[in-house]
Amino acid sequence: MKTQKLSELAKTIRSKNAGVDLITFDIIFRERAVYERVKRARVLTRETVCALYRIPPARIADFVEFDPGNAIKFTIYRLRPSGSPGDPDIFGAQQYAPLLDVDVPVA
Amino acid sequence: MRSLRILCPNGHLGFAPLRVESFRTGVDAHPDYLAADSGSDDVGPVPLGTDTSTSPLGWQTHDLEQMLLASRALGVPMIIGSAGDTGANSRVDLFVRIIQELAAKHGLAKFRLGYFYSEVDKDDLRRRMRAGEVVAGLEGHGTLTESELDATERIVAMAGVHPFMRLLEQGADVIIGGRSSDSCVFAAPAMHHGFPEDQAYYLGKVLECASFCAEPYGGKESVMGKITHDAVEVTAMHPTQRCTVASVAGHAMYERSNPFFEHVAGGTLDMSECVYEQVAEKTTRITGAQFRPAAEFRVKLEGAGRIGERFVGMVGIRDPYTIAHVDDVIGWARDKVRERFGDAGYELYYTVYGRDGIMGELEPLRDRPAHELCILVQGVAPTAAMAEEVCMIGTRQMFYARLPDVKGSAGSVAFALDEVLRASPAFRWTLNHTLRCDDPLELFPTHMTSAGV
Repeated sequence: MKTQKLSELAKTIRSKNAGVDLITFDIIFRERAVYERVKRARVLTRETVCALYRIPPARIADFVEFDPGNAIKFTIYRLRPSGSPGDPDIFGAQQYAPLLDVDVPVA
Repeated sequence: MRSLRILCPNGHLGFAPLRVESFRTGVDAHPDYLAADSGSDDVGPVPLGTDTSTSPLGWQTHDLEQMLLASRALGVPMIIGSAGDTGANSRVDLFVRIIQELAAKHGLAKFRLGYFYSEVDKDDLRRRMRAGEVVAGLEGHGTLTESELDATERIVAMAGVHPFMRLLEQGADVIIGGRSSDSCVFAAPAMHHGFPEDQAYYLGKVLECASFCAEPYGGKESVMGKITHDAVEVTAMHPTQRCTVASVAGHAMYERSNPFFEHVAGGTLDMSECVYEQVAEKTTRITGAQFRPAAEFRVKLEGAGRIGERFVGMVGIRDPYTIAHVDDVIGWARDKVRERFGDAGYELYYTVYGRDGIMGELEPLRDRPAHELCILVQGVAPTAAMAEEVCMIGTRQMFYARLPDVKGSAGSVAFALDEVLRASPAFRWTLNHTLRCDDPLELFPTHMTSAGV
């Protein structure tokens, strides 16, 4: 099956703190049709995100398909609050990289 | 009043300077208010714990000066929330002093300077807990215990619109706020002028991060928000930025776990029915936001607790065999610390860049390390002397790690600096909780003074 990388399809793929205990991920598409295609392909779901980051479902705090923003958004719990000693990403800003290479089937 | 316009030049005043050109464009359009938030918990627990700012004084002063001069020249109020990154009392005092010094320096005509505090006294909170008040945990935190309160150095409460509105009613020309919800810095003046909560809180939501609601991406540029009784419009001030349906809707997601809801003291902004329309080249209009008052008035609390003093060290590894066995190298050094200090009473962290330094246990590629690694070592202990020694042993002993089949026998790691460096003390967030209050102002005492000549 022919596929494209999520990074070729999305305008924005980012991660950021949502408060001190959560990191939230946004995957935003420029075009509604592309957003709908990725949604339909079910490549970004609670289950696929858990597999990609190798976390149990309980680590997912929220998972939203945000139609007004053509965006898929999910949020995970940190194991320890941001900025604790040893936390290498105080802003949570570099946790999105594995999403870039998610394969999306070409329609 | 049919509409009100607020100019926001910076989403975190002081963290990086506002961009003057788009701010001037906004000021020339004669807004009714100038407002900006100056706080964030993104900076970690250290500034709140140590009662410092992470923003340099020069940048804080720069932005306050730009805003104050424009505010006085236009004759419109200026509002700042969460002074000095943390919104602690010392940060409010700092910003009040900066405003007074700037007013004197520029010989500004006398004006009313209002401010409020947000710190929560530990003993006051303890009394409330002992009287049966539940300090409820947010986002995975349990109910606050007295031992966790004991471990806390400083607590701030997150104000809603209430102290800002009180000071506006008293005629403040400039307001310096303690810790407060970003959106309330803007919602308060809108509500003060009688605009509905639905629109007012949305206005705050969209303005709070300045140009982060515009595209193309570019921070620290000014945006103008306009509120009417049934809509909010937001316009980018930078010549090449636009507020588009995509950029504004996209901003609703930023830094929050759910794009439909924003919680503040006193209720929740529900954005699930929002409708976004491009009404001009650089302007998007938003309708349909709804504010839902809470059944119980609860205020969010943030607290930071000290863990200890901290030193950091840094080592590099190039030998592929050593890279493959980096955990054994770390294990060796940990053992040496254990021989000196035992198993407890200190903390020792290794961050392995080139393998999983940034993502840790979330890293899918941690079994594919790079050809060279950099390892950051952090030692934390009750005293600086002990933290230094923990870190020094934990760093230098990596050099002496004994791997059975290593070819190099003159040192297992590379040092760019053969020393360990003192870092900020280690803190952790101890409070991310909420407290019920009878009066929305009880945690936020307001004060009025003056500045200028």
